[in-house]
Amino acid sequence: MPKRSIVPFGPQHPVLPEPIHLDLVLEDEKVIEAIPSIGYVHRGLESLVTKKDFNEMVYVTERICGICSFMHGMGYSMAVEKIMNVEVPRRAEYLRTIWAEMSRIHSHLLWLGLLADAFGFESLFMQSWRLREKILDMFEISTGGRVIFSVNKIGGVLKDMPADMLNQFVSILNDMEKDLRATTKVFLEDYTVKSRLVGVGILTKEDAIRRGAVGPMMRASGIEVDMRKTGYAAYNDIDFELITSKECDSYGRCCVRIDEIFQSIEIIRQAVKKIPDTELSATVKGFPNGEAFVRLEQPRGEAFYYVRANGSKFLDRMRVRTPTFANLPALTQTLQGCQFADVPLLILTIDPCISCTER
Amino acid sequence: MAQFLTFTKTVMKNLFSKPATTAYPAVPREYPERTRGHVEINIEECIMCGMCMRSCPPGAIEVKRAENTWTINRFDCVQCGYCVEKCPKKCLSIVPGYQEPGDAKFVDSVVKPVVEKPAEEAPKPAAEVKPAE
Repeated sequence: MPKRSIVPFGPQHPVLPEPIHLDLVLEDEKVIEAIPSIGYVHRGLESLVTKKDFNEMVYVTERICGICSFMHGMGYSMAVEKIMNVEVPRRAEYLRTIWAEMSRIHSHLLWLGLLADAFGFESLFMQSWRLREKILDMFEISTGGRVIFSVNKIGGVLKDMPADMLNQFVSILNDMEKDLRATTKVFLEDYTVKSRLVGVGILTKEDAIRRGAVGPMMRASGIEVDMRKTGYAAYNDIDFELITSKECDSYGRCCVRIDEIFQSIEIIRQAVKKIPDTELSATVKGFPNGEAFVRLEQPRGEAFYYVRANGSKFLDRMRVRTPTFANLPALTQTLQGCQFADVPLLILTIDPCISCTER
Repeated sequence: MAQFLTFTKTVMKNLFSKPATTAYPAVPREYPERTRGHVEINIEECIMCGMCMRSCPPGAIEVKRAENTWTINRFDCVQCGYCVEKCPKKCLSIVPGYQEPGDAKFVDSVVKPVVEKPAEEAPKPAAEVKPAE
């Protein structure tokens, strides 16, 4: 048997924006096993529910993560609204959908840039982030923030997007689509890019189910699961098809995310056409009592929110299970048997968000 | 060959187009109207109820009723806007313009001007006006 050695990977590594540590058991250049350990950015946000008023917690949950911040606030609000039986006005649901899809576009563009950076294509990385900048500008125009939006509240949203603003956004997205096609074509067709992605990090359909993968990671293994199809917010009014890939490798995950960018643009177009003219938020009276859970589709996959309330202004418990946490077992699976040089790339293909995972 | 030169078109376009970045600080950044830069108070309208202080998630606001002051620690404020939403008199607002960096943390304090009660004030001018005539 060849000699085995253990190489520590992370928590500080050029490819990782956030700290995660992996112990890689190597046989020459081949990875035999990867043992992850997390806990470098734990902030204890979940236990803050017992110290902060349940309305204030919206602003805390938003700060779980800087990329899917909108959807964290939205998931928490939806869970509390479910306990309190609040009916959110339709316009607020549509606005939430639009902002959520904008988050998805910018998250996937960020991921594409990081992927390009991981295989050393610097100018493609810059190009992807340059496109993402337009989405951040749209967020700043509509919510007043580029990363943290603070537009969710229990019972609806705080800010409206008037018709001219919505139409302006749609025309920006229409213009962007052409540039997006040109940029994403490089990921899909370039010889050097394909040689790094095709056949690397295979996660079969059976393994994806067994390891409980979520989001684009699962859809790239050919499984049709998307929480948006459960019809929360305004998704029940919107017509869209699930995007899957049969490739089961890093290239498949890249294809799924690229197609989802264009799908999100289409969803925003549909939502802008159908948006009704109602109030922005419902009045919320009293304190929540009971428990509820909500599942929603973040850019990285399915997120799960559990909230238990006791009838006072402080909640008993909040629990968030984030997509990266669910994808870590799948990551250890894909790392088994891969080449050592592919490890950074494979860690990136799950789109890791360690701040979400540790909260 | 097509699979080798996929990025060339974008490179050529970028080479001959204007840069995506601006020459900050020579060209100042223009913020949209809704930008959450900092909290401002219209102190005349304030009733010193302290709702903003109690609702502030990071605890950046302090209201002292006895001294008639409204104080905010700009370095603690996270511009969430919850105080603006909670204010019963709507005298708080979030306006563009970020806090400038500094070498020490400081607080901004606003003192509410003392207005004399109108009931006592009213007879006085009347008394003064008469002798002048």
